[in-house]
Amino acid sequence: MKKLALVVVFLCGAVLLYATSEFPRWGDPNSPASLHVSPHYLKYSVEETDVPNVVTSVVADYRGFDTMFETSVIFCAGLACFLLLRIYKKEEEEQGVYYRHIPTGVVLHFRDGSKVDLRDRDFELIDSKLVPYDLIMKTMGKILIPFIQLYGLYVIAHGDFSPGGGFQGGVVLGAAIILLAITFNLKIAGQKINEKVLGVLSAVGVFIYSGIGSLCLLLKGHFLDYGKLAPLLGVDPVKARALGMLGVEIGVGITVMSVMVIIYFNIASAGKHDEGL
Amino acid sequence: MHWSIDFIILLLIIICALGAISVKDLLGTAILFGAYSFMMCLLWAIMGAVDVAFTEATVGAGVSTVFFVAAIFRTTRRTKD
Repeated sequence: MKKLALVVVFLCGAVLLYATSEFPRWGDPNSPASLHVSPHYLKYSVEETDVPNVVTSVVADYRGFDTMFETSVIFCAGLACFLLLRIYKKEEEEQGVYYRHIPTGVVLHFRDGSKVDLRDRDFELIDSKLVPYDLIMKTMGKILIPFIQLYGLYVIAHGDFSPGGGFQGGVVLGAAIILLAITFNLKIAGQKINEKVLGVLSAVGVFIYSGIGSLCLLLKGHFLDYGKLAPLLGVDPVKARALGMLGVEIGVGITVMSVMVIIYFNIASAGKHDEGL
Repeated sequence: MHWSIDFIILLLIIICALGAISVKDLLGTAILFGAYSFMMCLLWAIMGAVDVAFTEATVGAGVSTVFFVAAIFRTTRRTKD
């Protein structure tokens, strides 16, 4: 049976490889894909939308409907991860909290919910796995995280001038929070950005995107026809399309960032949001 | 020169892909998959699809590797087959 499957797989691969020989050559200007709408985009993108990066104008303006549902797919992925993995049940044998005294390395264990907070006095909150104190990881995390976040914001804001945009910038912003959770602690990352805030943010991003689209409907345009936002923004319709794209990219970035963090928190802590990688 | 870089990257992609499906240690598979994504990112960049390369670098090589490692951390490191 295994050999038969192998034969089928190889035959299928051979057929696929054979079919690629019929493809147009890479970069061929006469290939069917680049004959119908691509020349229009390449020629008129800058004068119609005032955005130098053609990819962004296609993704966020000409094909904005696709991108809206892609964002919804990301939102659904976060929602599914949350619904499948999240566990709210409190463990019966509450493990308590562990604090490490950094200068000496002594670990204190506080049992059953005693309300102590020693984090300002040379103590740090640690997981029950008692991982060793790692100065290099923590210092590098502290140094890197602000720059990663700044870069994420840069990527979102400059989506219309350079490669990148909402998706990439959102992933970079989410990666900064994931780095915080890895270098420090899942609890500390959870205190910085609350789970409920993340859930709301992931929906807010989709809402911003579809809200901008609906606003165009209210102003007697088509759905996601940003040119109709011109009187609202006080600029000419061409500039309004660029600004509408920026708004949409911000929405995408917010959703992607929060969904990445939601997925990481739920997978790394097996849905309990207490201890993780 | 351009041709040889293409060829080396393509070779590395195939090696990484074969390694990722044949290695028994799942943590090694996750790392190999990250390397595969990074090589794909270089290939996209060479072809001039910079946006796709950026997405591949952030999502494929960055965050999804972390997700795989987190999933391995919560399940098991050895494959059953």
